[in-house]
Amino acid sequence: MKIAVGQGSCGTAAGAGKIFSLLQKSISNGGLEADLTITGCIGMCFLEPIVDIYDDAGLKRLVKVTENDVEAITDYIKTGTASKIEHLLITGEDNAFLTKQTRVALRHFGLINPEDINDYIAAEGYTALKKALAMTPGEVIDEVKLSGLAGRGGAGFPTWFKWDAARKSEGNPKYLICNADEGDPGAFMDRAIIESDPHLLIEGMLIAAYAIGADNAVVYVRAEYPLAILRLTKALEQAAAAGFLGESILGTAFGCDIRIKAGAGAFVCGEETALIESLEGNRGMPRLKPPFPAESGYWGKPSNINNVETYANVPWILLNGGPAFASMGTEDSKGTKVFALTGKVKRGGLVEIPMGKTLRDVIFDIGGGIRGDARFKGVQMGGPSGGCIPASLIDTPIDYKKLGALGAIMGSGGMVVMDDSTCMVGIAKFFLDFTAKESCGKCVHCRIGTKRLLEILERICAGEAKPGDGELLEELGKEVKSGSLCGLGQSAPNPVLSTLNYYKSEYEAHIHEHKCPAHECKSLIMYLIDSEKCTGCTLCAKKCPVGAIAGEVKKPHAIDNDLCTKCGNCYQVCKFGAVRIL
Amino acid sequence: MMKQIKIFSAEFRLLEEMLDTYKNIPGSLITVLQKAQEIYGYLPTEVLSLIADGLEIPVAKVFGVASFYTQFRFQPVGKYLILLCKGTACHVNASQAIEQAIEEELGIKDGQTTPDGLFTLKNVACLGCCSLSPVMMVNEDTYGSLTPDKTKKILQKLRELSA
Repeated sequence: MKIAVGQGSCGTAAGAGKIFSLLQKSISNGGLEADLTITGCIGMCFLEPIVDIYDDAGLKRLVKVTENDVEAITDYIKTGTASKIEHLLITGEDNAFLTKQTRVALRHFGLINPEDINDYIAAEGYTALKKALAMTPGEVIDEVKLSGLAGRGGAGFPTWFKWDAARKSEGNPKYLICNADEGDPGAFMDRAIIESDPHLLIEGMLIAAYAIGADNAVVYVRAEYPLAILRLTKALEQAAAAGFLGESILGTAFGCDIRIKAGAGAFVCGEETALIESLEGNRGMPRLKPPFPAESGYWGKPSNINNVETYANVPWILLNGGPAFASMGTEDSKGTKVFALTGKVKRGGLVEIPMGKTLRDVIFDIGGGIRGDARFKGVQMGGPSGGCIPASLIDTPIDYKKLGALGAIMGSGGMVVMDDSTCMVGIAKFFLDFTAKESCGKCVHCRIGTKRLLEILERICAGEAKPGDGELLEELGKEVKSGSLCGLGQSAPNPVLSTLNYYKSEYEAHIHEHKCPAHECKSLIMYLIDSEKCTGCTLCAKKCPVGAIAGEVKKPHAIDNDLCTKCGNCYQVCKFGAVRIL
Repeated sequence: MMKQIKIFSAEFRLLEEMLDTYKNIPGSLITVLQKAQEIYGYLPTEVLSLIADGLEIPVAKVFGVASFYTQFRFQPVGKYLILLCKGTACHVNASQAIEQAIEEELGIKDGQTTPDGLFTLKNVACLGCCSLSPVMMVNEDTYGSLTPDKTKKILQKLRELSA
């Protein structure tokens, strides 16, 4: 019997580590015959912690396991009595979250132990590298060209083109860089890939390094991802010991080393030239392009940068052939894409689907729809560089061009679902607050423009909008886009412009009527007690932190709006629905 | 309060050794700052000067880089470092109310430390545990699906533990 506990960051945060050690204790104390191991992220974050039991009967996937369930699991190991763990088994409906996906980059998720290279090798690991090394670098690039793989980090630039440019570029040495500085709040697929299948990244990078002629590679990973750094460090050690790194790999003339560089926290370092500056020990401020990194990158040498998910697709492409990858997806966008589905969705986690599936497929079919069956209001795609897509466009197929035409972007694949309780002006403000803080300061339009956009949004949310603020946002947004050097500034106004476009009435309600339809902007709402519904139970008065609610027992209470801080406690605690928001 | 850097302290020796290791490796300033912060818990001004001397670069460059990245801090942090996630999923799931609860319970705002040196609050962009949102980390432990009440209880418990 094999027991695997899902230990990605999500699982660990949900308590998987404690469950693992309790299981370990009870197995060794009881002298039980069970092989306890870990696996990475399974991608079903909404069901964490997850324990998989493999025995003669096949796989039993136990979900939302608590420390109290360890006894029942131990009992099952001992006696095979399944009755006590039946309530933990994944339901068919929840399992559909997985079965409806097509996994390429995530294909080993939940199946292998990320800390054991033998698990990876047993799953066809490093065979793509063998295959690649038997080809010429030009043939490898041709295969990637046939696949139609485009950069999964955001820009969607054809991968083969970058590789080809770096290969043909004069200069020595050449460098290969992996961008694992996943700074987009709401996206976590790169972290999950490194935590759950680090050898896949290593193999993809080695193939790319061979293709461009680099013997030196570096993974620039967010310092906020300690578990990813730990697992990648272990994986690199194991790969080196097994002869997949270093000199004359697999007995060929090709040699390559990979090292890790921990980033220090700056969103702009997701931009490739800023990342290079940071690698060189400087402030992460973007360089003027051209020259592109393929000509003059790290230390002025030809360099190729791709993100984690891009490299993670490469071994599959080599194994199955470029055309097989290209057979999935649309005319414009080939292959599969991983999305981090979060927000007000019932089933959140990592979703990998062929391009061309619709937003409805992802949010409703796979994600199960909106929590509490509330109304779907829209989905934010691409994080601070992306935009919001409204409910009316939910049947849009997911591909680079179609999303771009709607004012959103594929981005790295963050997909945050929103219901009626999310204020769209508030969401624009949220992202501008982020980009204004993260702007590196090099370009005036970005440095000052994002700040001014933020100030306008702040006054709109505070009920202090000036006439014409909507138009001002639009004008300034366009200026910032055109006046900025890098992707951060060029895309920073997207969250504002897309919400202005699709949720204009919400902006108008804020600006002209001083109302927030989502009841989120505190300055624009007021709490009232409905005297007909209020039973005078006094609970709200007890919970009010500022003593703004008064009334006699069993008689309707009232809120003093001069004192009220709009914390919403009364609204939360009232069992009779007597507290209303105006 | 400025920490006095003692020349004969164990920390100072670690810093010296580390600077020796990295001084000839180009582009290692960020790594050096990270290691220095590991040694001291933060980056005292004097340490920035020592790094500048050790790497033979201007102190303005050292400070320029250190102040650019959010990881580096110039003040010591409390015993419990609270990282409150302000990512998109947490925002949509009312992380604002959690921040308010922390502020009410501890009387500090983002970037501040309680006078007793117990808690420091730091807002961060995304912890990547989006399905557990709203989320905060206290030192190594992650707390998910927070409510204002739950947050206050967690902090109260930590305070009791250190009493």
